[in-house]
This record gives sequence, structure tokens and C-alpha cells, in this order.
Amino acid sequence: MGDSAGMSGTEFGLALSVFLACAVEAVEALTIVLAVGTTRSWRSTGAGVGAALVALAAVTAALGPALTALPIGVLRVVVGGLLLIFGLQWLRKAILRASGLKALHDEEEIFEREAHTARAAGAVGAGLDPYSFTIAFKGVLLEGLEVVFIVLTFGANQHHVAIAAAAAGIAVVLVVLAGVVVHAPLARVPENTLKFGVGVMLTSFGMFWGGEGAGARWPGSDGALLVIIPAVVALAVSIVFLLRRRAMVAVGDKAAVGA
Amino acid sequence: MTRLRATAQFLWEFVIGDDWRIAAGVVAGLGLTALVSHTSISAWWILPVAVAALLTGSVWRVARTHR
Repeated sequence: MGDSAGMSGTEFGLALSVFLACAVEAVEALTIVLAVGTTRSWRSTGAGVGAALVALAAVTAALGPALTALPIGVLRVVVGGLLLIFGLQWLRKAILRASGLKALHDEEEIFEREAHTARAAGAVGAGLDPYSFTIAFKGVLLEGLEVVFIVLTFGANQHHVAIAAAAAGIAVVLVVLAGVVVHAPLARVPENTLKFGVGVMLTSFGMFWGGEGAGARWPGSDGALLVIIPAVVALAVSIVFLLRRRAMVAVGDKAAVGA
Repeated sequence: MTRLRATAQFLWEFVIGDDWRIAAGVVAGLGLTALVSHTSISAWWILPVAVAALLTGSVWRVARTHR
């Protein structure tokens, strides 16, 4: 894969995948933080977010060196396998949502539900509000863990944890800035399209690295990624097309029976 | 014990997700690739075939329940 502006195609793919994955998770975490912060206590919510970030930093510090210490062959199998499992899960959800078999992720609906539950949790006391703290902590930790995993696995395998961390940091800053400006859940972010893209990238890189780690030799070496990525897109789009067509035929059949 | 079980359940949901067959299939695909790569047969095609089968099979199972 050729170099462009000092960054190789694989490095660009790494940065883009981490950026998109992090943006999606940050949008989801932001919805929870906004719902609890606006209905209860910003101070306690902020404390929960801060504590979660410290916990995520601790996980990164513990897992990062352990991953990079693995021999490259083992690392590629482990990383490739994990990316492949995560990627297929993301892609599966995105396909089911795109074909109408699963409800689309609605940030406004989630915001309303979280805000309603937060209001029903009783009055806010004078000190630290345990409810706001816990919900913000759990929300940021759970959404952040997946990002930490993706950053570490991608970064460690390519020996570019710094690029992966920078891409993740930029995504979080952009989403938080957008949240501060809009002061509402980011409902217009095309989450499913982003998830689809992340699923494609994780699956493609997972397949490539996992295969290499297990001893396979890809035709064209790194250039194989230029075929693998479009092939995964084509597979996923074809499945969505077939499922939509199947749903339309089913609706048509029901209408014919009813007529 | 409850905390241990909760941690195990979290890890299961985090890594394995909604369909355990995907994780099992990926492990099997990697294992088969490792085995075949030690022979004279080319092994690169195993994971793409596994991915296509796993993804199609997983969404198709969900689609069948929505009939």
C-alpha cells in the first residue's frame, strides 16, 4: 500500500477505524452523560465521567504493555481474532438495523428514557449525587472499554498506539465539542452508517492480521487489503439487499392474502 | 461469588456478544488456517469463506425468527 502525506494506507486505515469507532461510542456515552447531567447534577456527573476516564487509563496502562510484549505471530492471531469477533458483531448489528430487523439506535429516545429514569430516582442531595455519579461512570466506562480495546489491539499490532490514541482523542474532543454546542443528544449523527464502516474495517483488518498470524500468506501481501475491504463491503451490502427484498416479498404476500 | 459471576457475564457479553457462534467460528477458522498453512495447500482463503458463512448465517437466523 502506497504512502501518502507521510502516512501509509494501513496507518490511514488504522486511524480512520479508531476515529469512527471512538466517535460512535462517544456519541452514545454523551447521550447518557447529558441526560443525567441536565436532569440531576452536573458536578456529580462530571465526577463520574472523570472517575471512568481514570479507570480507562488504568486499563490501558495495564493491558497496553502486556499486549505489546507478545511475539508478533501470537499478537497477530490474538489481535486478528478479537478484531474479527468485534467487527462481525458490529457488522451484524449494522446489517440487522439497515434491513429493518432491529430498531435503529435513536439517541433522542435513549436521552428521554435516561432523563425520565434519572428524574424518577428521587431528589438530588446537597453533596455528591450517587445516582448521577454511578450512571455517568458506568456509561463512560462501558462505552470507553470497547474503544480502549480497539485502540490497543490496532495500535499494538501496527506499533502505532500513538496514532490510534490520537485518532481516538480527536474523535472524543469533536463529539464533546458538538455536544457542548448543541447541548442535546447528537441524534443527527448517522450512527448506523458509522457502525457499518467500523464493522467493515475491523472485520477486514481482523481477517488480514489473523490470517497472517495463523501462517497464511495473502496474495499481494499488504495489497490484499485493497481487495478484502471492498469484498467485505460487497458482502454486507448484498446481505442487506437480500434481507430488504425478502421483507418486501413477505409484505406483498401478506397483502395478497388479505385482499 | 456474585461479583465474580457478574464479571464473567460482563466479559462474555463484551467479547462474545449476541451470537456465540461468531466467536466459535472465528476461533475454528483461525485454527484451520494454522493447520492448513503447515501443508502445501494455500490457507489464505479459509478466513474469507468463514467470515462470509458466519455473517450470513448469523443474520439469517435472526431474519428467520422475524417471519
